[in-house]
Amino acid sequence: MPTHESAGQGSATVDHLAPDLARTMYRHMRTARDLDTEAVALQRQGVFPAYVSVRGQEAAQVAAATALDPSRDFVFPTYREMAVALAYGVEMVGYMATHRALWHGGLYDAMESRFGAINAVVGGPVPHAVGWAVGERLRGGEGVALACFGDGASSEGDVHEAMNFAGVYGAPVVFFCQNNRWALSVPNERQVAGGSVAARAAGYGMPGVAVDGNDAGAVHRAVSEAAERARRGEGPTLVEALTYRVEPHSTSDDSARYRDEAEAERWRRHRDPVDLMRRALIEAGYAGEAELDRIDAEARARAEEIRDGVSTAPEPDGSELFTHVYRETTQELARQRRIWQEEVRL
Amino acid sequence: MTELIDRTGTETQEAPVVELSMQQAVNRALRVLLAEDPDVLVFGEDVGTLGGVFRVTDGLQKEFGDRRVFDTPLAESAIMGMAVGLAMNGWRPVPELQFDGFAYPAIDQIVNQVARMNYRTRGAAPMPITLRLPSFGGIQAPEHHGESLEAIFAHTPGLKVVAPSDPGDAYTLLLQAVRSDDPVVYMEPKARYWERRPVQLREPDEPIGTSRIVRPGRHATLVAWGAMVHRCVQAAELAAEDGVELEVLDLRWLKPIDAEGLAASVARTRRAVVVHEAPLTAGLGAEVSALVTENCFRDLAAPVQRVTGFDVPYPAGPLEPQYLPTIDRILLAVQRTLEF
Repeated sequence: MPTHESAGQGSATVDHLAPDLARTMYRHMRTARDLDTEAVALQRQGVFPAYVSVRGQEAAQVAAATALDPSRDFVFPTYREMAVALAYGVEMVGYMATHRALWHGGLYDAMESRFGAINAVVGGPVPHAVGWAVGERLRGGEGVALACFGDGASSEGDVHEAMNFAGVYGAPVVFFCQNNRWALSVPNERQVAGGSVAARAAGYGMPGVAVDGNDAGAVHRAVSEAAERARRGEGPTLVEALTYRVEPHSTSDDSARYRDEAEAERWRRHRDPVDLMRRALIEAGYAGEAELDRIDAEARARAEEIRDGVSTAPEPDGSELFTHVYRETTQELARQRRIWQEEVRL
Repeated sequence: MTELIDRTGTETQEAPVVELSMQQAVNRALRVLLAEDPDVLVFGEDVGTLGGVFRVTDGLQKEFGDRRVFDTPLAESAIMGMAVGLAMNGWRPVPELQFDGFAYPAIDQIVNQVARMNYRTRGAAPMPITLRLPSFGGIQAPEHHGESLEAIFAHTPGLKVVAPSDPGDAYTLLLQAVRSDDPVVYMEPKARYWERRPVQLREPDEPIGTSRIVRPGRHATLVAWGAMVHRCVQAAELAAEDGVELEVLDLRWLKPIDAEGLAASVARTRRAVVVHEAPLTAGLGAEVSALVTENCFRDLAAPVQRVTGFDVPYPAGPLEPQYLPTIDRILLAVQRTLEF
């Protein structure tokens, strides 16, 4: 079993991936990296009130997303899933809009995207994934739900309740834990009793797999196998991707207060998942430097396009305060909307 | 069903009258809903094989199968979380949480997820969920088995809340709640589950948020919901012996509240007493009182009176009757408003 000590220390494994897929994964990872960098800059410029970086988790996120079938599966994200969204095909200006605080859940269509609204209650969407998956089986569909959560959320009761429900119902769910070692300021050893989220699967009657979360190929294999197993009707799997949050929890956080930044720096320099993937593609003969440079340039252009899109996206109209509270609004809410119209909008 | 021919010659159907308890009426409504809409799912703790601890779901699993009516593991938050996911996959979930006090462990899912998902997704993911919640006290149950959570739910944007007071309304309002595309908390007054009454099984024909005058009167309006409606009717019957004619208004919907119906009644009677089981402070009685004051200030002959539970936890068995509003306390409040 890989551990945090071993994660990102070897090379990314790509031999089992089709060259096209491996290159696509690299493209997504590079785009996510650039977009992440742009997003941090936008926060510094005051365009975003805050941002939560996915830096260092691009392999885990892109691999999980590309192991799914966006035409029939459904992803239940939390708030640090930018690279999952990107690789899954979510409309990214709409996704990044949440970080500009234009709309809490993002401005993309959650149902069309088959990617739930961004959810800041960590653990909260995990039982949603189980409900969706139970419903999928009741319909006779073959879709699989991916429930995203982190090492911090693994302590939430909802996550445990959800895993038990999924085990009891044999629901087609992949529980995807990105263990980035730090739940805000609290390290794994003070968060996860027993030291392994994956080991908890045994108690819920499902396989639990720990993988090197900085090895895109390894995560892709684990999530693909879990998704196929679920699709075959064999029930849920817990995949724990061991990775590292190299940035602070958010742009509002000061990680130097609780960890040795030299550790983060080592991960940043020597275990970087995007670098690992790039090297692996060259070593496997899947792409040459020139082609990768071209992909890098395209990724950069795409990231800039998304940055410009979200920077200039219109703010929602104030009337939207009231629009989606109910499907069928109430007289009282209509009255309050009139007050807003007369006393706030002016 | 009795088919009648009306005077214009077109066929109409008169709802049949049957004698049912509220527990049976809810069961009847669930059967109608399961039969009419293949997306309706009924689930919760012990609702399947057992038929629910109050037997409200009795026979449903047998009739509709264990894919439509099923037991869940014992975890209220996951029950409500599962409802969210089912709704996102196109189902119309009707979960049950076994007792009101056990809705607290599910509050995060109810408030942060069920109530907000339509808003958060800007209408992409509606939540046509009806949470059935056996509610309120009066059966001298163990702790957490008798609670009044209506103010918490009514305070939550995105939820609608309804509490029927008799078997007929229980049937009709459940049809209305489940067919609504908004999430509804449907609070069943446990203390009224068992009394059988002649019931007309009516289709909903009034908008959500319509109150009902259960007993007309002209000297004061008693405002109540759930089990307290029956108690107010009893109080009104006693008052009538002394020539005091009390109007009893069953609010039914606690969100949205029928402010117009409330104002119309109080404008006539000029006096209002609101009665609820929940503790006084920040209870829904305060909302009713504020609405009446705002809408009927010039009509009012006396301040609105509140007769409620005390600001203490729902007490154990023999103390419960002293906690819940008594007929005497209601009549004393009526006297205060009449003598003001």
